[in-house]
Amino acid sequence: MPLLKPIGRTVAGATALVVVLLSLLVAGGYPVGAALTALWSGSLGSWYALSSATLVRAIPLMLTGCAVAVAFRAGVFNIGAEGQFLAGTAAATAVALALPNAGCASAVLALAAGGIAGGAWAGIAAVLRARFGVLEVISTIMLNFIALHAVSYLVRGPLQEPTHIYPQTSTIAEAIQLARIPGAGRLHIGLLLALVLLVSCGWVFRRTAAGFRVIAVGESPTAAESAGQIDAKRVMSRAFVASGALAGLAGAIEILGVTYALYENISPGYGFTAIAVALLAGLDPWRVILSATLFAALEAGAGAMQRDAGVPSTVVTVVEALMILAVAGAQTVRWRASRTADVSDSVPDVAR
Amino acid sequence: MSDVFAPFLAATVRTATPLALAALGELLVERAGLINIGLEGAILAGAFGALVGASVGGVAGGFAGAVVGGVIVAALFALLVVWLGADQIITGTALTLLSIGATGTLYRSLYGSTGAALALPTSAPLPIPGLAGIPLIGEALFAQPPVTYFVYLLVPLVAWWMGHTHGGLALRAIGERPEAALVAGVRVRRMRIGAILAGGVLGGLAGGTLVLAQAGTFAEGMSAGRGFIAIAIVVLGRWHPLGVALAAFVYGAASALQFAIQSMGWNTPYQLFLMIPYLLTLAALAGATGRARSPATLGKSL
Repeated sequence: MPLLKPIGRTVAGATALVVVLLSLLVAGGYPVGAALTALWSGSLGSWYALSSATLVRAIPLMLTGCAVAVAFRAGVFNIGAEGQFLAGTAAATAVALALPNAGCASAVLALAAGGIAGGAWAGIAAVLRARFGVLEVISTIMLNFIALHAVSYLVRGPLQEPTHIYPQTSTIAEAIQLARIPGAGRLHIGLLLALVLLVSCGWVFRRTAAGFRVIAVGESPTAAESAGQIDAKRVMSRAFVASGALAGLAGAIEILGVTYALYENISPGYGFTAIAVALLAGLDPWRVILSATLFAALEAGAGAMQRDAGVPSTVVTVVEALMILAVAGAQTVRWRASRTADVSDSVPDVAR
Repeated sequence: MSDVFAPFLAATVRTATPLALAALGELLVERAGLINIGLEGAILAGAFGALVGASVGGVAGGFAGAVVGGVIVAALFALLVVWLGADQIITGTALTLLSIGATGTLYRSLYGSTGAALALPTSAPLPIPGLAGIPLIGEALFAQPPVTYFVYLLVPLVAWWMGHTHGGLALRAIGERPEAALVAGVRVRRMRIGAILAGGVLGGLAGGTLVLAQAGTFAEGMSAGRGFIAIAIVVLGRWHPLGVALAAFVYGAASALQFAIQSMGWNTPYQLFLMIPYLLTLAALAGATGRARSPATLGKSL
């Protein structure tokens, strides 16, 4: 069963997370029992917590996590999921507010606009990279800031609610809002959309030539070009834009399914947590489903932990960071082991 | 005119000081061919270090604590990237996240989750006799906290070191062609670790400046993206100390302009001004505003 391995790895990852968290709690002298009880009851302990807290949070993390995975797989360091997410929220809100009466069609258009805006936002960095060799790490950081200020401008300017008092837009029409899943509290059908997209993405990587090209380019652009006659630049640019579109769609779904309006600080850093999500999932969209849920549970539980046991919720951020470092470190060790066995390795290793 | 311009200039210099400090540190790191996105984390750790240091040992203790905080984050980066060979971007991102989480957690456990406003000893402005009396610009440039004067001295010092000393040449060689530098007898790893740690010192000082010379207190996440802005400043300054100082001034002016416009009650979308420096940086990267070439091996895996 191909599904068993990813589940096994995620269980291992989850166990590691809990162990790290436990040691931090013990080190800080906090009531471990009360903290873990709160963490559990706030995230997975009840149907309400699971559906309305954890899974609602998991949706944007799944899509942005998948966005990061797609880009990283192609060897593109897209640090800009946050900005692409914001571009998606702005475009979706603008469309939803402009077409309040078309119901379902408006919703579809708003989602599409979000995806396109996110893709275009990433596209700027993709063009800068392909045409001018600009490092995408730097350009996407710049674009994150520009998106942040642009949203701040929009909610105080062109898109501000009619009374011009609050820095936010009006609420989008009820007919455009994504339907909630019956019996699941605040959980909306965006979850199904996200699941379909992530399963398809994973399938593309596993079974299609396009997915193979992305992986080949990510492993070695020069090898892909000379041995596989692949246009590496084009593949990278497309993966970059696709990555942005996923993050933008995440933003659109957040507007249509959760917030119903645009305001400043609408993202609690989904685009950055997404990096942790993608890395823990080994850049595999299928495993992103599990790791996004795991991180969403951690963050949902963190709030309860602070409330009920007085443990600072930021401790979860520490756990996330240590997780990324552990994964990055482990990958290096594995990569080194395979590299030292390679006789043809003639590149002088200046770093040692 | 002067009652508008002088405060504007003063605000520009005030905002630019921590940015220039952090950017000069990142400049050294990038000329060695590395990108440390963990700079944001180093600034935040520096700010927290300043809080702890200042509550024990006053302003001097605060700056010492700031340096320690910045160096801890930088040392972790050096350990993971130079020694273990982990990916720079991922490591830097994780260290920023780690710093946000760790400072937040420590702050809430040590000082209570309500975040009671802590009044810390602050580094008062020190007018330089004579210079501070120059009309229009004197007070803005020369009645600043001492750390600003440190930046004034540091910029030419770094420029001289990079351009005219053996060490500076070696550093630049590492960023352009590490293999050649290695063959020429440069201790590449040692230089890189040194550059990263120096970057940590300056990043930490930037955080200390925020706490000790500006806010007078610590707030969670108070670095507020300055580490990323500093990375932009290095690019806009074309990887040269004087350019970096100028670029820091431009960023400072953009945010000072925002406050000036808000305080005058003009109904101008100031957010658009805040975007300008980032757009300029992108343009500089794309070559639209002249030659801006990054060190050849910048960001490549070691």
